[in-house]
Amino acid sequence: MKVEQISIFIENKSGRLAEITRILGETGINIRALSLADTSDFGILRLIVNDVEKAKAVLKEKGFTVSKTEVVAVEVPDQPGGLSTILQALDKDGINVEYMYAFVERCGGNAVIIFRFDETDKAIAALSSNNFTILAGERLYSL
Amino acid sequence: MTSYFNEEFETLPRAALEALQLKRLQNTVARVYANVPFYRQCFDAVGIRPEDIKTLADLKRLPFTTKQNMRDSYPYSLFAAPMEEIVRIHASSGTTGKPTVVGYTQKDIDNWSELMARSFVTAGVHKGDIIHNAYGYGLFTGGLGAHYGAEKLGASVIPISGGNTKRQIMIMQDFGSTVLTCTPSYSLYLAEEASTEGVDIKSSRLRVGIFGAEPWSEAMRSEIEANLGLDAIDIYGLSEIMGPGVAIECINEKHGLHIWEDHFIPEIINPETGEPVAEGDKGELVITTITKQGIPLIRYRTRDITSISYAPCSCGRTHARIARMSGRSDDMLIIRGVNVFPSQIESILVRIEGVEPHYLLIVDRKDNLDTLLVEVEVDERIFSDEIKILQSLSHRIEKEIKDMLGVTCTVKLVEPKTIQRSEGKAVRVKDNRKL
Repeated sequence: MKVEQISIFIENKSGRLAEITRILGETGINIRALSLADTSDFGILRLIVNDVEKAKAVLKEKGFTVSKTEVVAVEVPDQPGGLSTILQALDKDGINVEYMYAFVERCGGNAVIIFRFDETDKAIAALSSNNFTILAGERLYSL
Repeated sequence: MTSYFNEEFETLPRAALEALQLKRLQNTVARVYANVPFYRQCFDAVGIRPEDIKTLADLKRLPFTTKQNMRDSYPYSLFAAPMEEIVRIHASSGTTGKPTVVGYTQKDIDNWSELMARSFVTAGVHKGDIIHNAYGYGLFTGGLGAHYGAEKLGASVIPISGGNTKRQIMIMQDFGSTVLTCTPSYSLYLAEEASTEGVDIKSSRLRVGIFGAEPWSEAMRSEIEANLGLDAIDIYGLSEIMGPGVAIECINEKHGLHIWEDHFIPEIINPETGEPVAEGDKGELVITTITKQGIPLIRYRTRDITSISYAPCSCGRTHARIARMSGRSDDMLIIRGVNVFPSQIESILVRIEGVEPHYLLIVDRKDNLDTLLVEVEVDERIFSDEIKILQSLSHRIEKEIKDMLGVTCTVKLVEPKTIQRSEGKAVRVKDNRKL
């Protein structure tokens, strides 16, 4: 039920993002979704890619600090209030969203949102019991 | 007309001064041999007994004392007086989290007060002056050292200590301060803050500034004198030896700091070989205390680089002059008057789980205040994909450094392998200050 995301530490200096995307491109890795969080000094680039292990290995080899994080991909009805129903269900169970971002592709008629929760398993249980559709990694990478 | 605080001793002819030094040296060597196991072992190891010290030249046969020896003796093992006689304890920041501790008997405090009073007079301060003492009060020797000297002299001392600059400016004006004692960089900061507040500090009653506890330069002296409208005097001291007032420039010449030779014997050595250098040549200052009771030190390696001159001075004082400190023979940094060794930062970093000791200290001076930036590499063990976790790590390092060393810094997380590795000794410090 969980999806593997890779996170990369980048200093706020020019060319770092370009360097990462160049390395991944040359290795034939496709970026499926991304989010960039930044502060004045550094940023964290979070990626969903089609080959997690290969992406992690090649970036590490180039000297980047890379980590793997488990996130959850949830189908969200692509209509007003769609995201809100999910967040309300999570809030009822006291689950915190650390961060979230949208997936590039749609899944059928639905949008896909990537969530990072403080308690991943509890969040999956809450979402399942509320009949939200959680996408498995293989499904997501091939969208 | 030169004023003196203790004319007899300040102008003692060299022959009499040296005879006094020898007598006091002999007493000190006998005292530490009898009371301090460390010294007894050191002297025994080289086969020297106190009675072997027959001339001042025999001093060179004695082993050096280092800061490491003081650390190893933490806290009291180098004291040569029983605790019942110790009336004051000071300490300076240490390299492994433990400070370097010094103890003073009442006689030591009296001598220190006298030397600091002499230093004030040498700088052109007299009874009736109002001394704005902005050195920090506390374990650091600066505040209390200057304070006791000011009282001994009979001047009016304002124990303002450090911080709260706006209030300092108000008090300085309202109280009619005539003398300022603080670090040289703080004096410039004060002047700048005053001008922001619309206060013309040059038209204040300030006449003399006595600045020390950090390295400065002739260029900075000109800037301070121009910005504050006072005579800027360089003072030297270190807690291991006493505190402020070990040496000071005379206002007559402002050229070299008279070191009070009736209490200290200075030597200048080649830091590599330990051998003396010729008069006037640069080397490391080594000091032997010859009147201290609490913690007398034999041939203490100050790590400060200077030169010495025995040429007579127009002020009439017969005590030798050491040149303005031009650097260190070790990697100690002085940041806003606080002594910081890179190894101290390193020991703080390695205690934080997962932090690699790959770091770079970047010291700069912005708006006349020293800044310390600590770059720390982020490897997988500390990396988190959540911003707040990385930020709290930075804050934790900043806080630990502040708590342990008393110096405010900014931590910057950088990508791995971006801090330059060099063959052999790593480059840990970039000091961008232009003094």
